[in-house]
Amino acid sequence: MSIQRPYVRSMDGWWKRNAYFTRYMAREVTALFVAAYAVVLLVGVIRLSQGEAAFNGWLQALKTPLSLVFHLLVLATFVYHSWSWFNIMPITMPMMFIGGKRVQPGTITRTGLAATVVACLAVFFIVRGISS
Amino acid sequence: MKRSNEPIFWSLFGAGGMLAALIGPALVFITGVAVPFGLFFPPDTMSYAHMLAFSQHWLGKVFVLAVIALFLWHAAHRIAILLHDFGMHAVALVKFCCYGLAFLGTVIAGYTLLSLGS
Amino acid sequence: MADIKTLIEIEVLRYRPEQDKEPVVQTYKVPFTDDMSVLQGLQYIKDYLDGTVSFRWSCRMAICGSCGMMVDGKPKLACKTFLRDYYPGNLRVEALAHFPVERDLMVTVKDYVKRLEGIKPYLIPKETRTIEEGEYLQTPQQRDRFMQFSACINCMLCYAACPQYGMNSKFIGSGHMAILNRYNADSRDGGRDERMESVNEEDGVWGCTAIGYCSVVCPKQVDPAHAINMYKAKSTIDYLTGLVTPGGADE
Repeated sequence: MSIQRPYVRSMDGWWKRNAYFTRYMAREVTALFVAAYAVVLLVGVIRLSQGEAAFNGWLQALKTPLSLVFHLLVLATFVYHSWSWFNIMPITMPMMFIGGKRVQPGTITRTGLAATVVACLAVFFIVRGISS
Repeated sequence: MKRSNEPIFWSLFGAGGMLAALIGPALVFITGVAVPFGLFFPPDTMSYAHMLAFSQHWLGKVFVLAVIALFLWHAAHRIAILLHDFGMHAVALVKFCCYGLAFLGTVIAGYTLLSLGS
Repeated sequence: MADIKTLIEIEVLRYRPEQDKEPVVQTYKVPFTDDMSVLQGLQYIKDYLDGTVSFRWSCRMAICGSCGMMVDGKPKLACKTFLRDYYPGNLRVEALAHFPVERDLMVTVKDYVKRLEGIKPYLIPKETRTIEEGEYLQTPQQRDRFMQFSACINCMLCYAACPQYGMNSKFIGSGHMAILNRYNADSRDGGRDERMESVNEEDGVWGCTAIGYCSVVCPKQVDPAHAINMYKAKSTIDYLTGLVTPGGADE
């Protein structure tokens, strides 16, 4: 082989080449909605510091159809975040052995998802308890 | 090559992601759907008086700051990576902007919560 | 090969640096039986249709790691991929993704080998022992901690699966991390600290964004995605201890 001219192929649009990669991008995109919700809460805190009239303005904005659609969309992405989070979490954990047997990734995922259900219900009932 | 400082941002990303995964759906449902539209909770659950009292208590301050800050740090890390994945390879600049905004949000949230007094 | 009527079309992405400006597709009609692998298809092409097609292969039984290539856009070992799964119709064979194409289905591997040497892929004994002291003893559980990672055949499919590596060829990648872990997790090994430098760099584990496709394509179930992501926590702990111990965080 006398001529060596290695050819480097482009990575443009790599995430469209494989359904697996597109799902990864969907998982990462949930971050935009997490940020958006945090900003909504941040605005609420700022309005709270500006007095009752300002805060009531923020409360009124939450009652609009646009806000409802936004929050339902955010809710859907948060649910997808929880699902994808606990699906990927096992690969970040060290190998664990209980009673000599390897703890399976599926066990960790199911435990995490169960914890999510429990935690969300806890928040729900704590808020119920405080507000009544 | 130099040791990376990623561990700091990855840890914040992880904490925020875990918090969002465990209680995020409930928070979004309560603050964005249930309370504003009078479902499951008394309509004045998030009234000015209630929210002020909640945020003046030190536990309330910690909770609100944790949610806002950790969600922002989680999002900043992932969005920085997302921008890199979409082809923006000016990594240092992208990270500075993303983490910078998260830092700003954290500072604003913390300052505002403290200013509410107790 | 008398009496075979079924043909399958194999599209091969050709690249001959002395005559091609960029890769070009060439299609071959290959007679096949349902037990033929993609490798056998390529060997038929080379033996009977076009002797200029270049590709690497050796054991033809998924243990040498030589025949990695992209089959219909997915990283596969040609000897372990069967033409029957693409019939009827055609299949496209290309050189392994994310590596520079040297010629036809062959990629440049020297960076991979160089980086492999850098992670110290050999046992660095924890304690020196003489022959008289006998062999190291290891329980089955101690062996289980590293066994799956020792199955790596250096086929590089995980690198072809990793877009982060595709965008940055300095990234250590999950394959090397699996091999690194094979040694760190071995109870006989004491070289963990020596290997941490390659782990802690920006192009070490921190280039990984937990896509996970590498483990999907690994033909030996090594689970390299787990290996590299496990080290994020380890690197974080190392970072924190580096902050409080003499010597600091910079090396």
